[in-house]
Order: sequence, then structure tokens, then C-alpha cells
Amino acid sequence: MSKPSDLVQGTLDLLVLKILALQPLHGWALGQRLKQISRDVLQVSDGSLYPALHKLEQQGWIRSEWKPTENNRRARFYSLTRLGRRHLEREAANWERISTAISGVMRLTEV
Amino acid sequence: MRIEHWLYTIPLRLRSLLHRGRLDAELDEELRDHIDRQTEENLARGMDEEEARLVALRAFGNPLALREQTHNTWSWSSAELLLNDVRMGARTLLRSPGFASIAILVMALGIGANVALFAIVRSVLLNPLPYVDPDRLVRLYENVSVGGLNVPDGDSAGGMYAEWKEHNRTLADMAITGGTDYNLSSAGEQLPEVVHGGNFSWNLLPLLGVRPALGRSFTADDDKPSANPTVLLSWGLWKRRFGGDPAIVNKSILLDSVPHTVIGVMPPDSSLPSVSTPKTQLWTPIFEAKKTDLMKMLDEHEFEAIGRLKPGVTEAQAAADLTLITRRIHDRHLDDSYIAFAANIRPLLDSTVGRMKTPLYVLLAATGCVLLIACLNVANLLVARAAARRREQAIRAALGGSRLRLLRQHLIESLLICVAGGTFGSLLAVGVLRWFVTVRHDVPRADSIVVDGIVAVFTLGLVTLCAAFAGAISSLSISGEQALKALRESSRGQSAGVARTRLRSVLLSLEVGLTVVLLIGAGLLLKSYAQLRSTSLGCLTRNVLKMDLSLPTARYKETSSIANFFSSFVDRVHSLPGIQAASVVYPAVPGDGEGTNDNFTILEHPPLPLGKSDIAYNRWCGAGYFAALGIPLLKGRSFSGSQRFGHSTEIVISESFARQFFPGEDPIGKHMTTFNQTGSEIVGIVGDTRIDPGEPARPMMYFPILAAPDIVHSGALVIRSSGDVTQFAIPVQRLLAGMDRSLAVSDVLTMDQLLDRNTLEAGFDATLLVVFAGLSLVLASVGLFGVLSYIVAQRTTEMGIRIALGARRAHVLRLMLVDGLRPALFGLALGLAASAATVKVIRTMLYGARPFDPAVFAEVSTMLLVVAALACVLPAWRASQLDPVQALRTE
Repeated sequence: MSKPSDLVQGTLDLLVLKILALQPLHGWALGQRLKQISRDVLQVSDGSLYPALHKLEQQGWIRSEWKPTENNRRARFYSLTRLGRRHLEREAANWERISTAISGVMRLTEV
Repeated sequence: MRIEHWLYTIPLRLRSLLHRGRLDAELDEELRDHIDRQTEENLARGMDEEEARLVALRAFGNPLALREQTHNTWSWSSAELLLNDVRMGARTLLRSPGFASIAILVMALGIGANVALFAIVRSVLLNPLPYVDPDRLVRLYENVSVGGLNVPDGDSAGGMYAEWKEHNRTLADMAITGGTDYNLSSAGEQLPEVVHGGNFSWNLLPLLGVRPALGRSFTADDDKPSANPTVLLSWGLWKRRFGGDPAIVNKSILLDSVPHTVIGVMPPDSSLPSVSTPKTQLWTPIFEAKKTDLMKMLDEHEFEAIGRLKPGVTEAQAAADLTLITRRIHDRHLDDSYIAFAANIRPLLDSTVGRMKTPLYVLLAATGCVLLIACLNVANLLVARAAARRREQAIRAALGGSRLRLLRQHLIESLLICVAGGTFGSLLAVGVLRWFVTVRHDVPRADSIVVDGIVAVFTLGLVTLCAAFAGAISSLSISGEQALKALRESSRGQSAGVARTRLRSVLLSLEVGLTVVLLIGAGLLLKSYAQLRSTSLGCLTRNVLKMDLSLPTARYKETSSIANFFSSFVDRVHSLPGIQAASVVYPAVPGDGEGTNDNFTILEHPPLPLGKSDIAYNRWCGAGYFAALGIPLLKGRSFSGSQRFGHSTEIVISESFARQFFPGEDPIGKHMTTFNQTGSEIVGIVGDTRIDPGEPARPMMYFPILAAPDIVHSGALVIRSSGDVTQFAIPVQRLLAGMDRSLAVSDVLTMDQLLDRNTLEAGFDATLLVVFAGLSLVLASVGLFGVLSYIVAQRTTEMGIRIALGARRAHVLRLMLVDGLRPALFGLALGLAASAATVKVIRTMLYGARPFDPAVFAEVSTMLLVVAALACVLPAWRASQLDPVQALRTE
């Protein structure tokens, strides 16, 4: 149902971190951005962002803060922590390595 | 990195622990906010309001499930789950309060008894002695063989101690200890009293590493015959008698009318090996306090020697070293068979508490059995409940409830029972310990029993173990069960769940088996205690009062003055109205211990070979002693009045003396030489008396107290009256004070009280074991009743069909009875076999009862079968009275 597959779950974390690295966002805006960037490739329900966000927060990669928004409302904004930034760098490098390797293999089989 | 990580996440985790409610509220707000925003977005795209909201919700997913998932990512969520399980377990238990309270009570008794016994065993048997380097402290024994009796752990003689101390090469140091009763003279308004004093050589305290709380300890100069008398007070005496005044140090007090300088006060919790009983109130240096020649004698075994092994020396090496010395002395004095021929060594701790080992471990094993039975019982009850909840559990399993979660619930229920039981049990244990310390002063180190961290850890461990054990056994019944099968079975309601019943039967058999072991142990101890209490001491015990008094050597130097004092005291006591008889005896009344013994020769018999001699216990008493205690005069007469002080020409012997040493002869008119009497004539034979209710009568010889040697400075006054004899205790003491103001009596007891005191331990052990065994029997029969009731309920339909098809009710009754009694019979067989293997352990605790007492085994078997039959009869009868129509309709 709304549960993303394992592969997506791992990448979802990475994507969330990457997006938050650019600017603090609340959940809905983050979801919109995610759809925008991935051009709807990631088929995840809107709601499944939240377990992911809360897990990242519990791990200390991101922190949340309630901030006022337009029309007298407030929303929970998530931003990257120092720990999260370091984690992102590491994970991004990892991702780079793995995807290079995998695409290399893919090219091999095509030949 | 790691630390930074923790620094950052710990506050987060704390927050998620402490503000759970707010977090939930915020999560709700966050999710709602998301949906609202999406709805607005959809509205902006031109959807109508309802559609916008529906589309937003659809894109969002299941909010409840998401909320749950998010919740689970928080820390502590597993703890929360556990808490839920605990809450549910507690609610389940509360719903059946009867079950819960029985289970908790049983656990409380089991855990309480075990914790109490553990605390006792630890403090008394296991804890090291409170001295410096206690592992190298040893007690030194002389091995004496006299009159055919081998005593491997005999007390020490002063002369032998001196030889050991001078010539040994294996001990770093060696000290000698003894005891003396002192008359503590009246001072100001304080009455005189007899206090028990310990004596020790000055080096005992440095040897142990103990220091006085106040003042100094003895020096080598204090510990000489010529030294000025000095005394160390116990904390209790100092507080009680001297008001805890530190100025007492260097003042002098009168002990046996001799001024002693108080040099110090011992700390409150100081217990010194062999010289401090709960009665001990003060200590004096032994070489100053005891007569010089006594400290040099080789054959007066009056003292206890303590040593410290040199580093690297084993007990065996030290024993060999001391034996060599002892042997040399022995060979030089072959004419004195009272001189030891070897030495033995035991660790000091073992010599202090060794005799408590068997009884305490037996009690601990018994409480262990009770706890095991309690666990089995709780497991049994849990299995029964699992059976009742079978359908529910099957449905839960079918709906995807994880087996682990179900198992966990089982464990948690049993944990709850055990924790509650453990809590009440700990309270119970504290009460039991307090009671134990007051009842059993005879247990060495009883005052050191404490409930400390280790005991607390033990309690926690025990609770966990019990919970795991009971939970694991009961969950045997749910694991591996096919949900579908369970559902099918329970919906058909046939005689199902055979496996489960079998598990319960096995548990019951074990329970019954353990109960049988306890019952047999209890039966043996009870029988031995009954025998102990029914053995006659050989004298009257009703309305007989005894009290000890001692005369200070300083003022009663001459044997004549002692004898005069005793005879005029007895005369005055006798003249009190209501007193039927009065007399004195030294050193002990029947049942009050060995006293003294000595060797003797019979002049009319050929002399024994060198190194051999006959011995018998000796007693000095007044001529009226036999009549006063009702010891029958079998032949001849008692002492005549015509005895000279310090020398006697008359001896009275006991029946067993006559039997052993004058077989086929008439002892009257024969002559004996013993101690300080030469050629005295045997004038009478009296009945046997026992020195201890647990021992057979030993040969005894009686001398007139008028002729007592000068070692006799004390004695026991015995009085007999027709009514309540205790009322004479005060008038007699007043009489005594009238004769000598500085004298006091001690150990005032009726003979019955004395017997109670000497059989206390046997009575205590027997009573406890009987209580434990009774409890187990009740538990086992409750278990039998429960299981059979369950079987009957399970087989209602079957029985209905049987009866409908014409089975006779008697037949049904028999069928059910056999079903119920089978585990009892298995258990009985198991228990009898186990008992046969274990009763040998309590052999040393039995007086005059054999470990394999067929009567006890038979009685226990009969009792168990009767109780089991009673427990089974009601459910079985109910089954036989089933109305077949009703039974079939219940489906």
C-alpha cells in the first residue's frame, strides 16, 4: 500500500536529506519538492514521508521546529543538523560509488 | 563522532520519553496540516471541496497506519509495547482475583522462605569471618583417645598449648582461649550478678586483627600470673551496667571480689571466636585469670587454641607439625591416657559454624523444593488458563498476532505473579529473619544476619528465574500449536487437548514427587524429635528448678568454707515453706552437658596395661540429690553424713557404670581410686541419667560435695516443689543475698525449660520441615483437583455419550478417579525413589531414627494417596452424576 519498497526507503532517506540540505522545509513542501525533482518516478504515498522524517529526526540527522507560516498557521519545519550534513556527504559518496559501479556493469552487459 | 551523536540524541530520546502525549498531539497536527495544504492545493487546481479533500486523503495513504508507523520510529516504542502488555497482563490477572491471589501467595511463601534461608546461609556459613586475612585462621584440636572413646577434635590442655607454641614451625602465631563465670559485685544501686567472661591470651586480638573501641587491649605484661588483674568490657555490659561512660577506662571493678582494672571496651559487633557467646560480657587475660598450674597441665582439656598459618603452609602440614610435637609428649607420659596423641586442624570458620551446615543446607533444599512446587503450580494454573483462552489465542494467531507476542504475554503474566510474590516474599523474609534471630540464639553468628545488596540481587534473580521457569513451562503448551487445529478442535468441543492435559499431568507428577520427598524428610525429623522429647533424662523434670551459682575463690579459699557454704545454703532453702527437696550438684544437672570426666581404677580388679584406662563422668552432689531429682536408688544407700572435708571414702555409681565395669559382680563394697580419692568404697547404685537427651546414658560416678576438691567453686542448686516451682526463684535469691551480698545466681531454669533449650534445634528443624511439607501437600492436592476438574470439563460430552449409551455411573466414577490418581501414583513412585537417594543427607540430624524408616515411608505414602483420592473424588463424582441430556446439550 503506502509502504515504499526497501530500495526506495533507503534512497528516500538520502533524497530527503539532500533536499533539506538546500533549505529547511515542512513536510508538505518537502513532498511537493520530491515529486518535482524526481518527476513522479518515486511512487510513494504522501504520508509515508512522515515515518521517514521522524526516523531521521530520532537518529539525529535532522531537527524539527514549529514555525509560523502564512495566514496565521504554523508548520513543522525540518532542517539538516551538522551530523546530518556529515552523514549526507558520506552517503552521497557511497551512492556515487555504487551507482557508478552498477551503471558500469549495466553497460557491460549491453555490449 | 560517537559522543557528539549521543550528546545530540539523548535529549531527543528523553523528550520522546517524557512528552509522549505532546509528541502525539504534534504528530496529529503535522499530518492534519499536510492534508489541509494538499486540499488547498487541489482546490486551487479547480476541484470542488469534497473532491479536493478525498483526493488529498487518497494520496496521503492510511493516516492511522502512518501514525502508527511514525509512532514506532520513536525511541522507547518497544518499551511502550511492553508496558501495554504489562497493563493487559495485570488486567487479565485482576479479572480472576482468586487465581491471582492464590498464585501470588504461593510465590510469596516460596520466595520469602528462600530469601530468608539464603540470607541465613550466607551470613552464617559463607561470609568470611570478620578478621584480618581470615582464610589462614585455624582452630587447633587435640586428638584424645580415652576409655575406648576417640575424640578427634578435643579441646586443648594448657600444657600442650605451651609445647605447641614453643616448638611449632608452621604457625605464624597461636592463642589460647577459655571461659569463666564471674560474680560482678554490687556497686551503688546495682545488684550483684553472675556474668559470663571469656579469657584469652593477650595475642588473640592482634592475631585476629581486632581492636577495642575504647582504651587498649591486653599486653604481654597483663597476661601473666603475677600481673595486676585487668578486664575488657563488652559494649553491651558497658552500656547497661556503666551507662556508656568512657570514664570507666582505668577505673576498677570487683570481679569475684577482686579489683580488676578496666582497660578498654570492645566494639558492639565484635565477636571473638570461641570466647564470645551472646552471653559473654567481659574478657580477662587467660594466664592472669586461670590458675598457673592448670595452664601447665597436659591432661586438662579446658581450652580452645586458635592459630594463624604461616603463608604457604597447608592445614595438613601444620597438623603434621603439631602431631609430631603431641606424639613426643604423649610417649613421655604413657601412664596418662588423657594426654592427646595427635593434633587436628580445621579452618576457623568451619569449626565455628560447621555443625550448622547440614541443618541449614537441608532447610535450604526444603525451601528450594517448596519454591519449585510453587513454580510448577503457577505454571499449571497458567496452562489451565491458556487452555481456557485457546480459542482466543488461535484467533489472534490467525489474524496475524505474532507468536512471539503471545509468548511474551505468557511470560509477562508469570512475571507479574512472581514480582508481586517476590515483593510480599521479601517482606515475609525480613519478618522471618527477625524471628529467626530471636528464636535461634544457639546459631553461631546469628547476630550477623543482614539483608544487604547481595540478598536483594538474589531476590531479583530468584523472581526472574521463577517467572522464566513458570512462563516457559506454561508456554510449552502454546508453542507449535496449529491455529487451525485449535480452532477446529475447540469448535467441535470433543475430548481434545490431550497433549495439554499430559503436560499438566507431568507437572503434577513432579509436584507430587517433590512433596513426597519433603513429607518423608519432615516425617523423619518429626519422629526423631518426638523420640528426643520422650526419652527420659532419668530424673524428674516437672516442678524442678535449677540455678547456677559460683563462689569467688578470693573469699572461699578453703574446701571447708565452700562445703560449709553449700550445706548451710541448701538447709536454708529446704526450710522455705513449700519446698519438698533441695540439693546441690557440680558440675551439671542431667541434660545440661558433659561436665567433667576422669579415669579410675578398681582396686579389686587386675591393673590395665600401660596407656589404657577406664573413664566415667564424675559428679559431686549432696546426699539428698538423688531424692531431690527422683533418681532411683537401685541398691545400697546414698552418702552418709560422716564425710571429711576434701576427702571422701564413699562413691555412688550409676546403673550403666555397674553394668559396664562390674559385669556379673556385685559392685557394693568394692573400692575405687580416682582423682583425689584413694580406695573409696562403692556404697550405692542409682539409676542412669543422661548428659544430653540425644545421647545414650553414660557411666557416671558420684562423690559427696562435702569432699569436693578445691576446683569445685560452683554448683547448681536444684529444688523441687509440689506446685509451680518458679515462684521460689526470687525467695531463694533473696536467701542467697542474705548469706553473701556479693553472690548472684545465673541460668535459672526449670528442668523442662532446660530440655526445651537442648532440643530447640531439632524441634525447630522438624517444625519448619513439617510446615513446608504440609504446604506442598496442599499445593499438590489443589493441583490434582484442578487438573481433574479440567479433564472432567473437557470430557463432559464423552461422559454424556457413555452414560447415554448405558455406562454405569460407578464405572464412570472409577474411570475418572484412575485418570486423576495416575499422576499422583507416578509422583509417589518418583518421590519415594528420590527420597531413598536423599534421606542419607539428614542422617546426622536424626536421633534414634533411621533414615530408611519403613514406618515413615509407609505413613507418607498412605497419607499422600488419601489426600490425592480426596482431591479427586469431587470432580470424579461430578462426572458420574452428569445428566446425559444436559451434557450433550452444552455443546
